[in-house]
Amino acid sequence: MSFQEILQLMIESFPKLLMQGIQVTVPLTVISFTFALIIAVAVAMIQYAKVPVLSSLCRIYIWFIRGTPLIVQLYMVFFGFPSLGWKVPGFTAAVIVFSLNEGAYCAETMRAALESVPSGQAEAGWCIGMNYLQIMRHIILPQAFRTAVPPLFNSLISMLKDTSLAANITVVEMFFAAQRITGRTYQFLPIYFEVAIIYLIFSSALMALQRACEKKLNSFGADRG
Amino acid sequence: MALLEIRNIHKAFDGVGVLKGVDLTVNKGDVIAILGPSGSGKTTLLRCINYLETADQGTMVFGGKEYDLAHTSKKDIAAIRRRTGFVFQNYNLFRNKTALQNVTLGLTVVRKINKAEADRIGREMLKRVGMEGKENSYPIQLSGGQQQRVAIARALAADPEIIYFDEPTSALDPELIGEVLNVMRKLAEEGMTMIVVTHEMSFAKDVSSHVIFMEGGNIVEEGSSKEFFENPKKERTREFLRMENVR
Repeated sequence: MSFQEILQLMIESFPKLLMQGIQVTVPLTVISFTFALIIAVAVAMIQYAKVPVLSSLCRIYIWFIRGTPLIVQLYMVFFGFPSLGWKVPGFTAAVIVFSLNEGAYCAETMRAALESVPSGQAEAGWCIGMNYLQIMRHIILPQAFRTAVPPLFNSLISMLKDTSLAANITVVEMFFAAQRITGRTYQFLPIYFEVAIIYLIFSSALMALQRACEKKLNSFGADRG
Repeated sequence: MALLEIRNIHKAFDGVGVLKGVDLTVNKGDVIAILGPSGSGKTTLLRCINYLETADQGTMVFGGKEYDLAHTSKKDIAAIRRRTGFVFQNYNLFRNKTALQNVTLGLTVVRKINKAEADRIGREMLKRVGMEGKENSYPIQLSGGQQQRVAIARALAADPEIIYFDEPTSALDPELIGEVLNVMRKLAEEGMTMIVVTHEMSFAKDVSSHVIFMEGGNIVEEGSSKEFFENPKKERTREFLRMENVR
């Protein structure tokens, strides 16, 4: 292929890849991360409160997820679960695995953030007659979230890129679409470079969102001191 | 009838006795200073009375009701705390809330008072401690003395029957101690019932009505403030006062 033809190919494939990114990669990331956050807060709060039994189950869950490769988890659900009589569509399997996987990592982040809030904060809450849930909601969680935002965004950006692994379980996301084009044209470098650029655009958007979030999230006066 | 009565309170940490059978009677309007060297159990006594620590044994009579300090229900604890205030050594202002929100949080969340009314009370309390104009400042933007005054306003907001102060000036720079003590002096003059764990001898001498001197988990000597400072009975008390005077 001449340089002209390669340029032509890149121009033609760009909107296709971008659309696949917007229609599959982004929803997969957003849906999975939303579930992951819910899991993370629940698991972190259970561990923070040292709820018997549940606390141990949470530790086992985090231990398993952190100790096994993401791709193995994807294969277990997508290829393994049908043998138990539960056939899971690729996208669903990806959402399940990414939610559980990211949930475990974010739970550790949240737990550390909760534990970073000094014990005197809760004590002051007790002393004005608040109950546990009120203290969590109005005092501990807001402070913990402020601490957790940067590492949570790290996880989110990681996951955005990790969704490319879903190509392995037939989910036609951006990377899968790129593989299809290279399979037809054998132009690996231009296409994968292109896909890298689109991931970079998405990641950069998230980084900008992080900055806005950190600014907007109550900085407790630290930036106005 | 006494407002608060503590009988035979015991507390040990890892088998080490910190409180070994302390009794305490507080009448309405009393300002009781608890003195004593570090590790004498003063702070633990306050924390047990407000259930921040669970005593191993002991009885509390508060507002005419008797409670077993080692086995009080969550509901009773919450009810007792709603009628008392607590001021910490290191203020413990809610870091994610402004000065005003620190004062009003208990009103809106615990007492379900509407926001407008809570804000009105909050501003009034901040004014009482000389913190008007700082309503929208976050704790990090305030000096230690200012934070402690907001903390006092937070304790006052609940209209408590008694306020416990746990070494309220010990974390402050010397030049900031006065502003906090002045607020406390004013409260005492207004008739607020207070128990103050402190190292400030002048405060104990000038403001408190009673003094309790503790050491090793026991009360060594107690009496009216005047008597305690002018005519201490125990040799250990005299020694302690000599040491403090040198300081």
